Amino acid sequence: MAEAIHIRAVRMGPLGPFFIAETTEPISNQTKPRRGAHPEPVMSENERHNPNQMTGAAMIVRALADHGVKHIFGYPGGAVLPIYDEIFQQDEVEHILVRHEQGAGHAAEGYARSTGKPGVVLVTSGPGATNMVTPLTDALMDSIPLVCITGQVPTHLIGNDAFQECDTVGITRPCTKHNWLVRRIEDLPKVLHEAFYVATTGRPGPVVVDVPKDVQFATGLYHPPRKSDVHISYSPRLKGDASQIRKAVALLASAKRPVIYSGGGVINSGREASKLLRELVAATGFPITSTLMGLGAYPASGANWLGMLGMHGTYEANMAMHDCDVMLCVGARFDDRITGRTDAFSPNSKKIHIDIDPSSINKNIRVDVPIIGDVGNVLGDMLQVFKAEAKKPDIKAWWGEIAKWRARNSLAYKKNDEVILPQFAIQRLFEATRGRDTYITTEVGQHQMWAAQFYGFEEPHRWMTSGGLGTMGYGLPSALGVQVAHPDSLVIDIAGDASVQMTMQEMSTAVQYELPIKIFILNNQYMGMVRQWQQLLHGNRLSHSYSEAMPDFVKMAEAYGGVGFQVFKPGDLDGAIMDMIKVKKPVLFDCRVATLENCFPMIPSGKAHNEMLLPAEANDEATAAAFAGGKALV
Amino acid sequence: MEQPASAYFMEERHDPNETHTLSILVQNEPGVLARVIGLFSGRGYNIESLTVSETESQKHVSRITIVTTGTPMVIQQIKHQLDRMIPVYRVVDMTLTGRSIERELAMVKLRGTGEHRVEALRLAEAFRARVIDATTESFVFEITGNSQKINQFIDLMRPLGLVEISRTGVAAIGRGAEGM
Repeated sequence: MAEAIHIRAVRMGPLGPFFIAETTEPISNQTKPRRGAHPEPVMSENERHNPNQMTGAAMIVRALADHGVKHIFGYPGGAVLPIYDEIFQQDEVEHILVRHEQGAGHAAEGYARSTGKPGVVLVTSGPGATNMVTPLTDALMDSIPLVCITGQVPTHLIGNDAFQECDTVGITRPCTKHNWLVRRIEDLPKVLHEAFYVATTGRPGPVVVDVPKDVQFATGLYHPPRKSDVHISYSPRLKGDASQIRKAVALLASAKRPVIYSGGGVINSGREASKLLRELVAATGFPITSTLMGLGAYPASGANWLGMLGMHGTYEANMAMHDCDVMLCVGARFDDRITGRTDAFSPNSKKIHIDIDPSSINKNIRVDVPIIGDVGNVLGDMLQVFKAEAKKPDIKAWWGEIAKWRARNSLAYKKNDEVILPQFAIQRLFEATRGRDTYITTEVGQHQMWAAQFYGFEEPHRWMTSGGLGTMGYGLPSALGVQVAHPDSLVIDIAGDASVQMTMQEMSTAVQYELPIKIFILNNQYMGMVRQWQQLLHGNRLSHSYSEAMPDFVKMAEAYGGVGFQVFKPGDLDGAIMDMIKVKKPVLFDCRVATLENCFPMIPSGKAHNEMLLPAEANDEATAAAFAGGKALV
Repeated sequence: MEQPASAYFMEERHDPNETHTLSILVQNEPGVLARVIGLFSGRGYNIESLTVSETESQKHVSRITIVTTGTPMVIQQIKHQLDRMIPVYRVVDMTLTGRSIERELAMVKLRGTGEHRVEALRLAEAFRARVIDATTESFVFEITGNSQKINQFIDLMRPLGLVEISRTGVAAIGRGAEGM
């Protein structure tokens, strides 16, 4: 092995894409093999024996190992070669080579979301960094802990428009929780440790550590993680204020028409938070709904489950939100897809809001009892106070009202024996995979909403979707990351034909690493959600929402070295899904569905929660009336 | 309001705007000012005045004073958004404390002769502005005070041969014995 490394190092040669200014010696004069075009550091005998004396590149790999990182996703390039060289010479951290940096970012997101650990990405300077902007923004919006290490041109070239140079910290400043440019080797260990701390504590989020190539080559003293590595100005509040919690419990105990509205914060807080949420629901007997990001915190089979809320949420969830008298918001942020028009949002309720991020409080909706803290902590305290001081309020009448809304069956769709309806496909997929160890990711669009509506999630961390940013192309690489973290589980990307083509190249990664991800494509040959909006709001002028030249997904799967399926008839669906599950290779499943199906129920723009459009009523006239302004509806 | 064809809910907001002065203590490290300013531009907040300087060099602490306008909800958002930035130690709304002093310094250059010159000097004395540079045909005045006082002085100088103005922006500090 040592021999092989040696040969490889020599072959790579000293000519990096960048010339290091300090190198005065002409290249031809070099006699001894060297690992790069940098001068041998001058070290005392003492330093030479210090095991913590190492190059910046070695520090990066050591820090990853010290933070328990088992897998990283990345793509090499000139400005990160020293780090890749270190990766080559160790086996504590496994590197997954993607086909595009965006794929690395989403894979790391899937990895993080399904494990609760930070996802780690390693990319080069310039285009490597700019290709990471989408996943970083996605992770910031959905509060996913990512640590992204980017290479940078040597410090003396920064600002010179050098080859593959970009202002990485400038570009990623608004799409990270924090970022660092490390100009001195002395700062590197501290910054690496702080990066992990910032990404994973408080409201989690993505961070970028930009490391110039000369810093990677330079030698310095590494130290393991320690407390003083963190800005003293950074101290997220974790424990909720006791008097606020008491106020909240008093409100809950007095409620006649309560609803619990939970979100992604419950998932981020950890498994304990989901457990406590379930206990609180049991202790209070309250109905519970959740945002897209929060699915799985409370089981879909639970008696108190109302389904998802919001623009494509269930009628009962949205009506309960509108008519409630006490709302308990747990780790959600009153996003515009949730609230509908804010001036008509839940007009008669007292609102309690638990969030770790003070800036989420009163951002969109004024709340009555804000509680800043970690959801898990606050729920624990709240449960304790509730059990000690309150009893289950009698809300039988409220459940009676909810039952009436439920009876409207807002997720109904017309059955069809000839064509596969997308809702039916997801129901069949759910039936075939329930009880198995399954993880679901999605792309963005109609299929995503149908997956949220028709796939029942029983546990947290099983559902990976791009909620805040709505990134088409998220699902396939995300599934890759999930499968890396859970090699024996069934990982399915519920995809749309348009989204999946945005990051299709990662099929190659799946084949290389034998990751048997299942890409279940609801193929309606349209950008379905775009087409739906064009139909409802733009006179059915389907401007550029039809994919003229659809690839043959079966051949595509085979070309990559995976397996392809294609199904047209509802009767063939179950058998094909079972076959797909059995395959131990990456799969593209081309499920041809009804091309013009719309996603209902739906809160039309500018309407309140109680003005939903239900599928049974969504005939042309009702739709036209609901979307007043869209005149030429077809 | 007529709802246009949009995936977003268009709403008019009617809350009146307020002007607030915020004092922000930050770790003085590269990029910290860009972070603060980027927050304002990225989220569409206003900056009416911005003053930055290192105040405790040993601890690398800088103080940023920002005068901003917005609805009460927006002002609260700005404070929370600033507060959650990693290098930000503290954000204090000087306007809400109600016990703060605000000062700005301006240098005002005038060109003129004769009666205008005499009148400018007379007004400068009334405003306690100092002459810090003079030629036979020009003056540079230094004036310190709150923003309104400086605006007023500048308005008076305008017809007397005003050439240019350089202002520092607002600095603010709380009254009394307590620090921020």
